[in-house]
Amino acid sequence: MTDKSPSLRTPMSKVRYLGSARSGTRHMMHTRLTAAALLPLSIIFVCIVVSLVGKDYNTVRAALGNPFVSIVILLFLLAGIYHMMLGMQMIIEDYIYGEHTKQWSLTANTCFAIAVGLACAYAVLRLSFV
Amino acid sequence: MADANPNPMANEARRPLSPHLQVYRMTLTMFLSGVHRVTGMVLYLGTLLLAWWLIAAATDAKSFETVSWLLSSIIGQLVLFGFTCALFTHMMGGIRHFIWDAGYGMEHPQREYLAQMTIWGGIILSVVVWIIAYAIR
Repeated sequence: MTDKSPSLRTPMSKVRYLGSARSGTRHMMHTRLTAAALLPLSIIFVCIVVSLVGKDYNTVRAALGNPFVSIVILLFLLAGIYHMMLGMQMIIEDYIYGEHTKQWSLTANTCFAIAVGLACAYAVLRLSFV
Repeated sequence: MADANPNPMANEARRPLSPHLQVYRMTLTMFLSGVHRVTGMVLYLGTLLLAWWLIAAATDAKSFETVSWLLSSIIGQLVLFGFTCALFTHMMGGIRHFIWDAGYGMEHPQREYLAQMTIWGGIILSVVVWIIAYAIR
């Protein structure tokens, strides 16, 4: 019963965290929840964009600044950006094998999602308040 | 027992992997599963375009006209149509996953019907949306 190198980790901790993702169903559930939210939100978003095709600049500004439109776009961004972050995380976990590369890729993914989400939200909010 | 090897590709941890693409005949269901992931990736990169468009709209008329002009060019329209197809195909694939999550549609021929729904639903929805967009512009 002697170990090759004695470890302070209990068998339970090894069982819980050996997978590449280091976590379980939370990400899956959040993906499903954001996907369900995105079903109506992305359809409405597509309708908004289609209705602005070929319109002049002031019409577009006024439409995107409208409270209902702004709120829907912000909700679409919130659900969509989180959903895309989780999806990309799965892709990284599946295909990148080096542990350090994987961790840095996951960090880059989170940063990208936050940056793009914040940039879009900033634009929508600026259109609402200016 | 030592802690798990951080690099599964290191010598002592390299175990035979299960090949799939080299072994199995490419079926439609397999292909669409890959398409679901690829469209997700395409949409991920497409948010950059969305950010550009929104920020241009929030900034001034000149930057918005630059974006509009680029998006109304032939290549711009092709890119946008590609994104529309990616969005709707990914959405149909997502609905397919929801149906599977509920436990339905895993037998033959249901999974073939779901595969047809995914690919045709995606294309048809994209075309319908674009026809509407062109009709009202």
